[in-house]
Amino acid sequence: MSSRIRSSALLLLVAGAVVTAVSMASCGRTTATAASGTTTAGDAASKVYIAPGQLDEFYAFVSGGFSGNMPVYALPSGRLLRDIPVFSQYPEKGWGYSEQTKAMLNTSWGFIPWDDAHHPELSQTGGVPDGRWVFVNANNTPRVARIDLKTMDTDEIIEIPNSAGNHSSPFVTENSEYAVAGTRFSVPIPQQDVSINDYKSKFGGMLSFIAIDKATGRMHIAFQVHMPGFDYDLAHAGKGPSHGWAFFTSYNSEEASTLLERNASQNDKDFIAAINWKRAEQCVAEGKAKDTPSRYAHNAFGEDHVAKTVWETSTKVLEPTDCAGLVYFLPTPKSPHGVDVNPSGEFISAGGKLASVIPVHSFAKMTKAIEGKAFETTIKGIPVLKYEDILSCEVKEPGLGPLHTEFDDKGNAYTSMFISSEVVKWRVSDCQVLDRIATYYSLGHIMIPGGDSRKPWGKYLLAMNKITKDRYLPTGPELNQAAQIIDISGDKMKMLLDFPTIGEPHYAQGILASVIKDQQVKTYALADNKDPNAAHSEKEAAIVRKGNRVDVRMTAIRSHFMPDNIEGIQVGDSVYFHITNLEQDWDVPHGFAVMGGQGSELLVMPGQTRTITWVPQRVGVYPFYCTDFCSALHQEMQGYVRVSPKGGAPAMAYNTPK
Amino acid sequence: MSKLSRVLVAMAGLVLALLYVTPMWRIDLGAPQYPEGMGMRIWVNQIQGAKPNDLQNINGLNHYIGMAPIHPDEIAELRFMPWIVAGLIGGALLVAGLGRRPVLYGFTALYCVVAAAGLYDFWRWEYDYGHDLDPTAAIRIPGASYQPPLLGAKKIMNFTAASWPHIGGIAAFVSLGLVLLVVVLEWRGRAARRAPLASPAPRVSPA
Repeated sequence: MSSRIRSSALLLLVAGAVVTAVSMASCGRTTATAASGTTTAGDAASKVYIAPGQLDEFYAFVSGGFSGNMPVYALPSGRLLRDIPVFSQYPEKGWGYSEQTKAMLNTSWGFIPWDDAHHPELSQTGGVPDGRWVFVNANNTPRVARIDLKTMDTDEIIEIPNSAGNHSSPFVTENSEYAVAGTRFSVPIPQQDVSINDYKSKFGGMLSFIAIDKATGRMHIAFQVHMPGFDYDLAHAGKGPSHGWAFFTSYNSEEASTLLERNASQNDKDFIAAINWKRAEQCVAEGKAKDTPSRYAHNAFGEDHVAKTVWETSTKVLEPTDCAGLVYFLPTPKSPHGVDVNPSGEFISAGGKLASVIPVHSFAKMTKAIEGKAFETTIKGIPVLKYEDILSCEVKEPGLGPLHTEFDDKGNAYTSMFISSEVVKWRVSDCQVLDRIATYYSLGHIMIPGGDSRKPWGKYLLAMNKITKDRYLPTGPELNQAAQIIDISGDKMKMLLDFPTIGEPHYAQGILASVIKDQQVKTYALADNKDPNAAHSEKEAAIVRKGNRVDVRMTAIRSHFMPDNIEGIQVGDSVYFHITNLEQDWDVPHGFAVMGGQGSELLVMPGQTRTITWVPQRVGVYPFYCTDFCSALHQEMQGYVRVSPKGGAPAMAYNTPK
Repeated sequence: MSKLSRVLVAMAGLVLALLYVTPMWRIDLGAPQYPEGMGMRIWVNQIQGAKPNDLQNINGLNHYIGMAPIHPDEIAELRFMPWIVAGLIGGALLVAGLGRRPVLYGFTALYCVVAAAGLYDFWRWEYDYGHDLDPTAAIRIPGASYQPPLLGAKKIMNFTAASWPHIGGIAAFVSLGLVLLVVVLEWRGRAARRAPLASPAPRVSPA
């Protein structure tokens, strides 16, 4: 181990990752990171300038990290197009507040209003992003969401049982046969009250394979592989020759349960777990998987656009010892983080956070080693291959803290270096370093549109940074995180643009805009609205009382609600405002809010019905109004609801269309 | 009538059949908020939006200025216009078949009356929609009318309204033009026969 690596590792141990970026100078590296960070290519501005009214070349789906949502940016301009609500309640859009969307956030732990969204992953056909769906994982309460790329709305969320920290997720196989969901934290399986000291004997890590319906995208957990109690950090599926395999990095092969920063950093090599999922399918078909009871939520919108939770009750669990040939361990230095498969599918590289090299494994060599049964040892029945047997080459002196690699279409790889805060470009065939460029500061993932697929669009690289410091005007102690766009079309990388992001820009996926631009839904057809409480015209608007539940079926169209005068409501009623937007015109949503409402507003797209519940607390007459500036007479789009004492209300009354 | 004239009159009738498969007229609307535009396509028997929801959206916007909503089901012309067109096609074929000049002149006069009445009716329809406004409408501009042009483009508040014949309408003008051309040909042919010494003998003998 070189002294430089040791010193940076030491810094990690002593001060934590966050401050290491500051200490780069003490590492004595003379890389581009020493520069002030103001250098860009001379013609950078023109390369990212998209004139008003012109459209960008790429969509970028950037996870919001701890915001729990998924912002959509345009490249190369860095324009924010939309923030898709996924795992977090989003009052602006009524997400998780409206009756139709609440069930999307159900879990076996109850309703959960937040999560940590890490890795967007586009669906693929033939190893190429096909523009149908984007998947994203919830890290904290393990879940995977599917977002429809026609509506850019979350359509389905499935909870992952027997998992804890769904980090190596939701990377898809070549034809989106599966999205994977590996657990970062190993836990007792099944969960039970045991001593943490029994980690090595009682804890395990589950790697889940979520099958994706080819036509509808609907997910179900096909099987889970019960692995030793390591931390399964990241994953990528094979493609081309390696199609049929999925690769998971693991650290903490020491199986430590305390002070992991030291105790999980002892082994010189940890592992990539190579899972032969086609072999898994055989074993499942042969009945070798055990039906294991568990209870987990499966939330999806039905035809009526109302989210419902189905409670699933078991999964099929495979033990590697019951299915020979299912898993192999590839020794990989040291506490590897990202695992990435090049476009041809032959090379598998890993970013060892604490490693001094980037190893590149050869799939062909791996297959040969498996055939020759040249195993170094076995761990809990899992054969461990020999590092030298499977290695293609090592990238020497790549930088400090390699994390993630993406690829271009010219045989090059780009790896993010967290500690030395730079992107390093190297050639896949011989591991030669070709170029490096500083980022600001301490980047995690990088993204090239299609850069983890068989068909990268190798024009731009998006670097997603964890530390911002002086990049923008300061905003008190809390700063938005930063992303930078780098031109990778030439031999030398060039910095083009720098912009702040929402939440943590953890990972991203990019796709040529032309693939999905023209499939965007503009309005929902009112005639197809199957919401049980929809009013398809003003004549269907009505108010129905059942006990203390009052259903108000109200319509909205420029520039009025129907009805807009309501009497007969009592203090303590549960008033369900079902708002149907009668518009069939593009970009004319209507909003709805009522005074004292303890939820959020509603934002109702044309042709859609959304419901918010209001429990009036005081006698009086209260306004409601349209919250989305819809028209010249938006300010007139308002109404009143009269609230009378409990038991003392007049008969229900409301106005009807003339 | 010459053979050429009879063929041309038959063509004038047949080209009218395009009115059954293409719109007759188009009204296109553009505004700052509608970069994608919206519009109406007027057929002999129906009025459609240029895009699926355009008619409904135009009606929605028109309510601000108190214009009556356009309900194609309530427009009587759309019920009998297909029959008028069928009559014109039949008439033209009859003229071509009989090949008699008086029938041609009579048909032409009738055709001109129908065309003029049709254009007047269309203008009148536009006039009524543009002037017969709900007095309680949100937007009232004294003296303003919202009548779209018969032909050409006009600015109406934030909208630019353009009105032009569609393929079917162009076909109708071509049809009428052909009939008038035949009348001219026949008129000159008659004059030529009256002064046979003053001009070379016609190569095609009159039918």
